[in-house]
Amino acid sequence: MSSNFLRRVDLIFDKDCDFKQVLQSAYKRNNDEIINELLESGLKGRGGAGFPTALKWKFTSEQPESEKYVVCNADEGEPGTFKDREILFQVPLKVFGGMAICAKVIGAKEGFLYLRGEYRFLLNELQRQLDIFHAILDDLKIAFRVKVVMGSGAYICGEESALFESMEGDRGEPRNKPPYPTVSGFRKKPTVINNVETLVYAFMIFRYGAHKFKELGTADSRGSKVFSISGDTPKPGIYELELGMTVDQFVQEFGDGDTKAVQVGGASGFCVPRKKFKDTIIGFEGVPTGGSMMLFNSSRSMYNVLHNYLEFFEEESCGQCTPCRVGCQQLKLGIEAVKRGDKHANYLDQLQKLAQTMKITAKCGLGQSVANSFFSIVENFKEEMIY
Amino acid sequence: MTDTKELVKNLADKYGRARESLIPILQGVVQEERYISSEAMTEIARELDMSAAKVYGTATFYSFLDTQPRGKYVIRVCKTISCSMKGKNLIIQELEDLLKIKVGETTPNRKFSLLETNCLGWCHKGPAMLINDEAYTELTPEKVREIINDYMKK
Amino acid sequence: MAKQINLIIDGMPVTVDEGTTILQAAKKLNIHIPTLCYHDDLCVAGNCRVCVVEMKGSRTLPASCATPVAEGMEIYTNTIKVRTARKHIIDLLLSEHNARCTTCYKNGNCELQDLASEYKISEPMFIDLVPYKNYQVDAFSPSIIKDDSKCIRCQRCVRTCEELQHVSALGVAYKGDKMKISTFFENPMFEVVCTNCGQCVNRCPTGALIERNYVDEVWQAIFDPEKHVVVQTAPAVRVALGEDLGLQPGEIVTGKMVTVLKRLGFDSVLDTDFAADLTIMEEGFELLGRLKKALVDNDPNVKLPIATSCSPAWIKFIEHTYPEYLDNLSTCKSPQQMFGALAKTYYAQKRKLDPAKIVSVSIMPCTAKKFEADRPEMRSSGFKDVDYVLTTRELAVMIKQAGIDFGSLPESHYDSIMGVSSGAGVIFGATGGVMEAALRTAYEVVTGREVPFNGLNITPVRGMEGVREAAIKIEGTKPEWSFLEGVELKTVVAHGLTNAKKVMDAVRDGKGKWHFIEIMACPGGCIGGGGQPIPTNEEIRRKRAEAIYREDAGMPIRKSHENPEIIAVYKEFLHEPNSHKSHELLHTHYKARQRY
Repeated sequence: MSSNFLRRVDLIFDKDCDFKQVLQSAYKRNNDEIINELLESGLKGRGGAGFPTALKWKFTSEQPESEKYVVCNADEGEPGTFKDREILFQVPLKVFGGMAICAKVIGAKEGFLYLRGEYRFLLNELQRQLDIFHAILDDLKIAFRVKVVMGSGAYICGEESALFESMEGDRGEPRNKPPYPTVSGFRKKPTVINNVETLVYAFMIFRYGAHKFKELGTADSRGSKVFSISGDTPKPGIYELELGMTVDQFVQEFGDGDTKAVQVGGASGFCVPRKKFKDTIIGFEGVPTGGSMMLFNSSRSMYNVLHNYLEFFEEESCGQCTPCRVGCQQLKLGIEAVKRGDKHANYLDQLQKLAQTMKITAKCGLGQSVANSFFSIVENFKEEMIY
Repeated sequence: MTDTKELVKNLADKYGRARESLIPILQGVVQEERYISSEAMTEIARELDMSAAKVYGTATFYSFLDTQPRGKYVIRVCKTISCSMKGKNLIIQELEDLLKIKVGETTPNRKFSLLETNCLGWCHKGPAMLINDEAYTELTPEKVREIINDYMKK
Repeated sequence: MAKQINLIIDGMPVTVDEGTTILQAAKKLNIHIPTLCYHDDLCVAGNCRVCVVEMKGSRTLPASCATPVAEGMEIYTNTIKVRTARKHIIDLLLSEHNARCTTCYKNGNCELQDLASEYKISEPMFIDLVPYKNYQVDAFSPSIIKDDSKCIRCQRCVRTCEELQHVSALGVAYKGDKMKISTFFENPMFEVVCTNCGQCVNRCPTGALIERNYVDEVWQAIFDPEKHVVVQTAPAVRVALGEDLGLQPGEIVTGKMVTVLKRLGFDSVLDTDFAADLTIMEEGFELLGRLKKALVDNDPNVKLPIATSCSPAWIKFIEHTYPEYLDNLSTCKSPQQMFGALAKTYYAQKRKLDPAKIVSVSIMPCTAKKFEADRPEMRSSGFKDVDYVLTTRELAVMIKQAGIDFGSLPESHYDSIMGVSSGAGVIFGATGGVMEAALRTAYEVVTGREVPFNGLNITPVRGMEGVREAAIKIEGTKPEWSFLEGVELKTVVAHGLTNAKKVMDAVRDGKGKWHFIEIMACPGGCIGGGGQPIPTNEEIRRKRAEAIYREDAGMPIRKSHENPEIIAVYKEFLHEPNSHKSHELLHTHYKARQRY
């Protein structure tokens, strides 16, 4: 990449990696060392929420139960995100490797990869790769097995406790928290659940050491990240970039010269308008993202964008809690009514307050995050909502 | 034993009869029959010794576990924002013209069903669609015609 | 002792056991946090979000029903943030809800309405979603009406049906804006495994699940000069009716109830308890008969254990779930139906009435009784034996409609015939009561002596434990019953169908070696029935049960076989228990049904 600002990194898709050797050397280290190395790296979950990975592993390892699980969350459903598909397609062994190291730390004998139904076409190859992986484990005398579990078309199953419900054969409805998965996850046993990308980074940290990762990014957002770039861009696709860039830097590289807004983090993320490009850092100090970056140029109606998101949420809410189930319907109908002129423009203020309530009262992260795109689009593109 | 009964029994033998097997069995029925009939659900409830209402509740939660009869080839066109921006409506239009059905319908010969779906994860290559498990991306009306023609011959 | 946790709620310190929820801790401080999906009898769902509170240091407002306390927690239950959120949530629920309260059956007894009133919701804040929904009303069942337009999706009914009753006729279907409470394939409740127990009705906070009411039909009959309207009242009604009329749980209102029924215009006010005594005679002798066949005749076909058959929801449950055990059920009809069969035969003859002109009404703590009365087997008199079944709640409605001040009514006695009963008949209303009543009679028949329990109170079969076993050793038998000498009669009592399932599974697996099983479908027995006043919880049920036992203790006659009207009906009409005539009128058969 020729940018002056963006550093392209190649940790994730790097195929120059002796898989067996990395695994073997990781297994020779004691658990405290592994956790410390991970802690040192500053790796945070790559699914979007950004919980420190080392702590998840540590907390789970400290649970006294003998039955524990490691689960790879490959239910990539956030609109605008498609990097996990590519990772699973290109470097599945690294994903499994990350799970195996985690399994050692927490003491799990079984791991599961929950693959979204939309990616079923990956299944045969994944199974083949699993056979290879299991053969290597046998070689190394590691007692660990990974099984692929298929999803069936439900965005909410990307929420970790909903994912467990789904794995247990139920409706994917998020659970009350606490307890958190580190205490009570799959089959109500202590469970580490990590995003696909997180597991690969964890694996690569044991390939290169924490320093290699820590050198990249900023204090709050260490390392690099795989971005899924789509929308009005001349070069849509998947890019691994160092964290810490501003939206402006990003737009200079990927925009089409007419970018008016970037949606960072998908439908549940934040919309950054042109006037805020320069001041907004992509990362936990600014706008966090699971990797989805959608660019919109001035030909796009932000009303349509928001409407599309709300339609998505209205359908994909699990429906159990009031703020999310009814709130999503109200937000969608509400902006329609304002647009038609059936409701006065100040009804948008009412809806903003509703979104605020959803943000603080919904049962899970999905319901809470509907407010993100709603606020940031309505606030920054109010005229487009009304006229 | 009807075909459906036998299918469910075989799936239960394969995946086991614990609650955790429910979704794999439902998926297995869809793979085979393209939808989960009332008969199939009753049989699953029997095999797994669980409430039929719960089987129904679980099946209806998941968009890919259809509970209405579908064609041999289920076409799901992504309707989420990136694909929508890249001309999803033209693709739907083309499919509707080719198949002479509307979104949500199945052709009278039970060969095709046309549905819309949420983000398929091909935003950089929109518009995208699935035909059963197969993904088709960067669609144009011409491309859609070719694809559907191939399926029509199948 | 559990670990103690200290926290502060609204500035007040409180110490509670570890694992307590914020909601429970607040209750300890007499702080009321509004709830909708929460119910004392059910597991925590945490899905309505009405009970949210502010927690220091938390970005979000946790649901107090679902959040356990933690050391040093600081909670605020009534701040602007909390109030705004709750108001929004109530408004959202109202927007999805058919809020035509004035025409709603639950008007005045609706938790959503109460909350809307408490929060002074005036103009609708949001868009009415009802026109966008294709809400359905299922009114096919004779017992329960399900109106989706009133549903707030709290899932109390779903949890009730699953946790308490192990039926799961209701589940949650679809997701997002389409999410709904549904039976299998949205079939009518009438066509699925629903037992009509009505426990969902008891716990529905709104009018989404209600009993099918027959109030107008009964008024019509009362005011029809051609008709002779008899009414029977079930044992559990007299200890609960007051709750719907301003009295406290546990008040016995038998005498007032009789007075009010006469005032309402019923031609004859009679007692289901009489029929309960009759049931004991029939069922007791049936038990002894089966024991004889098993012990003396070594009949391999005799079905033991014998299970009670008074609870129509239990009957439908076993018909669906354990059809292979239908022959273990007592063939006795329930007291309601025995009464019904006699009302249009024995009673009609004695009172010189044309049975075609008798309208037989029963007041029941139960919604399943409505279904039972509709069963095709229940026409032994040549007519529909029981014409209309009203729940305790419906009777309260009629009393209010008639403008009667129930609390100030004098007491009066049941009419005769079929109005006299024993304490044994009364306790039919509580779990363990049928067992106790049967033992009081059977033991005495066999030994000639009273059951060896202080004051005839067979306490081992009483209580609220889900499954209770008891054994009674039979000694000093009369010669004709000598085959029972030394036999330890083993019994088990269960209430709530989840507990019934435990008992039946034990029978099936050969683990439960009992002679006699009593099952009542509802928690606490009929006193916790699906037709009883709302709300219900364990404390209320306990008070009703205590009242039942008080009523029993105060009765001059405590044993069914000593009821003079029972003695008379055998002498004049039935001849003896399990006679041919009895079988014709008082016994029935069952029907295997689909389980899935």
